[in-house]
Amino acid sequence: MSNNRASFTPSRRKFLMTTASSAAGPVIARAFTGEARAQSAPRNQREPVGVRLEVNGHVQDLSLDVRTTLLDALREHLGLTGSKKGCDQGQCGACTVLVDGRRVLGCLTLAASVDGRSITTIEGLTSPGQELHPMQQAFVDQDAFQCGYCTSGQIMSAIGCVHEGHAENDADIREYMSGNLCRCAAYPNIVAAIKQAKAATQSRLASKET
Amino acid sequence: MRPFIYTRANSPSFAVQTFPSGSAGPDVESPGQYLAGGTNLIDLMKIDVLRPQHVIDINALASSPLGIISTNAQELRLGALVHMADAADHPEINRAVPVIAQSLRLAASQQLRNMASLGGNVLQRTRCPYYRDVSYSQCNKRRPGSGCAALDGFNRMHAVLGTSDQCIATYPGDFAQALIALDAQVELQGANGTRAISVGALHRRPGDRPDLETTLAPGEMITAFVIKPAPWMRRSLYLKIRDRGSYEFALASAAVAMDLEDGRVREARIALGGVATVPWRAQAAEALLRDQLFSEANAQAAADAAFAGARTREHNAFKVELGKRTLKRALTEVAAMEA
Ligand SMILES: Cc1cc2nc3c(=O)[nH]c(=O)nc-3n(C[C@H](O)[C@H](O)[C@H](O)COP(=O)(O)OP(=O)(O)OC[C@H]3O[C@@H](n4cnc5c(N)ncnc54)[C@H](O)[C@@H]3O)c2cc1C
Ligand code: SF4
Ligand code: FES
Ligand code: FES
Repeated sequence: MSNNRASFTPSRRKFLMTTASSAAGPVIARAFTGEARAQSAPRNQREPVGVRLEVNGHVQDLSLDVRTTLLDALREHLGLTGSKKGCDQGQCGACTVLVDGRRVLGCLTLAASVDGRSITTIEGLTSPGQELHPMQQAFVDQDAFQCGYCTSGQIMSAIGCVHEGHAENDADIREYMSGNLCRCAAYPNIVAAIKQAKAATQSRLASKET
Repeated sequence: MRPFIYTRANSPSFAVQTFPSGSAGPDVESPGQYLAGGTNLIDLMKIDVLRPQHVIDINALASSPLGIISTNAQELRLGALVHMADAADHPEINRAVPVIAQSLRLAASQQLRNMASLGGNVLQRTRCPYYRDVSYSQCNKRRPGSGCAALDGFNRMHAVLGTSDQCIATYPGDFAQALIALDAQVELQGANGTRAISVGALHRRPGDRPDLETTLAPGEMITAFVIKPAPWMRRSLYLKIRDRGSYEFALASAAVAMDLEDGRVREARIALGGVATVPWRAQAAEALLRDQLFSEANAQAAADAAFAGARTREHNAFKVELGKRTLKRALTEVAAMEA
């Protein structure tokens, strides 16, 4: 039954791929120029804009309504629904992703403005069957969530926080993680998780992994 | 959000030339907007307060001097596209002008500081809830002549200094206060060339035209902020009082710098945030401190002078006492600094 279904119903991901052509593979990713393409004369307000993103190591060419945020491009056009929409106003941090390794808010980033950039989302931290990223594992070990809605944003922000060198002590972590709200108030356990994963996250960075 | 034409600029002159021409009308009706970090612009476009037909993305200019911090003994130059986070962590800024680094570090969240530019920060719009909610028809800043819903509304966060009968909206930022306390200049590029003005001359008080935000000509772009550093500016700090310990706009804040020799104040600089309609330089308070021995009594007198002209509404009278205490504490702490 489930086999049949799988062969007749295209997955959500596959369906969404029809709006995005994906040239997969880390080899191509490394050749990625990382530069926004030149863009010439003003065009019509309704004309879609072409946006090329490297998302979790895969180059994606998208054709988007100019108003599309990075968060909506990830969720609605690439089917990467791990990044969450909490407030859509820059106030909660649920949409935190890494752009060229720096943590930013997907909901206030215009997708067109990150043309040519590398994006890392929660889906890019590990693959099915592989070990979790040390920060993910630490959130599990330390019970650093309840409902989980804020968690992908917390984890991406925590990785950025460690990479920046802003996880020196508890007070430092609390200050530099203040952009990620948790309605379930898992804050003490989030601090504990970041402390647990700090060293392993730093050594992954040293070996050029997220 | 309304659709717009999106253009990426690859030089400041291209950006300025691409900016749609038009006369200086209400800020919210500007046909063009530059896009830097987008943390204020995209937010205000989503909620339909700003409705540009043309958005000119200037982020590619970060690879020009606009994206650079350069420091030497004569001049500290902060490019308009430098991210808040990078200026906040810059060692020389922390050493030479700590008030600048602190005002940035205590603003917004690290994700926002990673995105937001210094130029965009200074130009951010008020957080007045009636300005941000277009379902309120009364807002002189959005709709000139329509009235002000905040005057008799929920005005706990609103300003007590620099207000008018037309608008009491608080200037929400922190960094501009640090800049004006250090007499920084802002460099501009427009259709008619370049010019520099003092940061203190950038924002307009609401008066009878709250819809006009700044003294910039339409399409004029900020390229850099320039501080002439003096050794005494190491004795400077930013104190910010908020409803929560982090990630919140100021209820009251003070940027202070002091030239102190043997307990005598040679120069004092004070700029206030959270309490005024524009980044607020408190010159009368500075004058009371200058050429006097620093004392708690003088700090209190300065704080009283800074708020002498305060005008309060139903919910914000607490800001007068809070603002005075904030300033007094900032002055006491800056005088005690090892600089
Ligand atoms: C939840 C939240 C909390 C915040 N808390 C704080 C806080 O505590 N303190 C604080 O200071 N700020 C705070 N902010 C505001 C934030 O710091 C500003 O939104 C940000 O600094 C704006 O910079 P930007 O580069 O993103 O500007 P943009 O959004 O890109 O632009 C803002 C405006 O400036 C114009 N502009 C940008 N660059 C230039 C230029 N070079 N020349 C001419 N015009 C230009 C744009 O056209 C636009 O009108 C907060 C924001 C949010 C969402
Ligand atoms: S205070 Fe100013 S911005 Fe707020 S409603 Fe009144 S006029 Fe509008
Ligand atoms: S969804 Fe982006 S900050 Fe809340
Ligand atoms: S775990 Fe529920 S919001 Fe954080």
